[in-house]
Amino acid sequence: MKLVTAVIKPFKLDDVRSALESFGVHGMTVSEASGYGRQKGHTEVYRGAEYTVDLVPKVRLEVLLDDADVDDVVEVIVKTSQTGRIGDGKVWVTPVDTVVRVRTGERGVEAL
Amino acid sequence: MDELNAGDTAFILISAAMVLLMTPGLAFFYGGMVRAKSVLNMMMMSFIALATVPVVWILWGYSMAFGGEGAFIGGFDVLGMSGVTPESMSGTIPEFAFSAFQLMFAIITVALISGAIADRAKFGTWTLFTVLWVTLVYFPVAHNVWGGGWIAETFGPIDFAGGTAVHINAGAAALALVLVIGKRIGFAKDPMRPHNLPFVVLGAALLWFGWFGFNAGSELAADGIAASMLMNTTVATAAAILGWLVVEIVRDRAATTLGAASGAIAGLVAITPSGANVSPMGALLIGVLAGVICAFAVGLKFRLGYDDSLDVVGIHMVGGIVGTLAVGLLASEAFGGTAGSLSQFGNQAAAAFLVLAYSFVVTYALGFLLDKTIGFRVKDEDEVTGIDMTTHAETAYEFFTAGGHLGKSGHASASAPVEGKVNA
Repeated sequence: MKLVTAVIKPFKLDDVRSALESFGVHGMTVSEASGYGRQKGHTEVYRGAEYTVDLVPKVRLEVLLDDADVDDVVEVIVKTSQTGRIGDGKVWVTPVDTVVRVRTGERGVEAL
Repeated sequence: MDELNAGDTAFILISAAMVLLMTPGLAFFYGGMVRAKSVLNMMMMSFIALATVPVVWILWGYSMAFGGEGAFIGGFDVLGMSGVTPESMSGTIPEFAFSAFQLMFAIITVALISGAIADRAKFGTWTLFTVLWVTLVYFPVAHNVWGGGWIAETFGPIDFAGGTAVHINAGAAALALVLVIGKRIGFAKDPMRPHNLPFVVLGAALLWFGWFGFNAGSELAADGIAASMLMNTTVATAAAILGWLVVEIVRDRAATTLGAASGAIAGLVAITPSGANVSPMGALLIGVLAGVICAFAVGLKFRLGYDDSLDVVGIHMVGGIVGTLAVGLLASEAFGGTAGSLSQFGNQAAAAFLVLAYSFVVTYALGFLLDKTIGFRVKDEDEVTGIDMTTHAETAYEFFTAGGHLGKSGHASASAPVEGKVNA
């Protein structure tokens, strides 16, 4: 099993979510995140005083998957969240030892 | 003694209520500009003035400011409002109406100072400061400018509604207090962004509305001067917003909400001393001047290295000076006004300087004494943690809801500070 984590632009969340839904992914965890990469931050001005805000708001999306689906899902996420401009985000995959469904106690692939 | 005029009386009673509303308005204006961890303390510093000053006013304040003909203060004949009855008159209005109206000015003047010392003042010390400051500074200054004291007799300054007595006074006191208690931790390094700009706009709107009572009401009659003051107050405020925003568009490439709200206050401040003596065209010019000059003045604190946190000096002292000096010239007949001249300009400057110097020196001494005795500043750790939680045992916003439970007394104790850490 694998954990796919994507950090993307917030306005792309809806597109990615519905694309994943049609692909057959039925659950995910979404959290608001902030950070920066090559995009860096932005500048705000208060009474003439400039503040550089280093961190840019992003959405972090996490999906647990069977190994077989990982490549397709990553491709779906990348395709739907791509704008071609800096700040589009990153997607990465990490191995997962085990997964337990809390309600039933099922383990492994059964619990996905 | 004049006969009671019902129109005048009704107008002043309503004006007094409007000026009272300015102080909660100021609480929102200032509260929105600080960080989320200190908004309650910021608002409380204004709100506590609504509690302390009326008590002081009836005990000795009214007597000191308006209760006699002394050179420095009025006198002590009207302590506890003794002898003032519903039949007592002040001009064409009841003395109670006059006294209540003037009381509201004392409240907001001391509340204005609090913006300079955001996030870091001990609440108990500030509360005591409001009592001592109005006593030692505001009452003598109000008497000198409006109550027939020495400055009024000697220079005859035009200060219709308080450019000198309120705004220069509060601004100079703010500067003195900042120099006594020092900068916020992280000043000019950490971004200290306003946490709620809609509050700032709401506060500015309440202030603008209340300011009609403040300015037009200062005529103490419902007449043509009050009407022209109301018109000029609107024009100057509008022009100052535009002036400030033009500076921002040229300098920062954005017209900001905070700039519009600040410009409005700068215009209101500048028209306060001058509005009854200038034409609408004069008011327009005063407004533009105030908006442009104050937009630059608020940047001075970074160059000079003093942390006037919410720009009480840059807006109220500078705006007050702009209005007080401008009326000396713009009130002349050449500009459609009624009272200005070169010699009047000199008198305006003298009165403004005297009040500025008196307020600065006495406030500095008072602040210094309070700081050396009971302390004026909270501990560093409490300031960084947030003065709302460490001083008031409250937080304005609920960011995390998990993990709360009821305390022994039945109060939820999720985010309350540990016992012994509360220090008012």
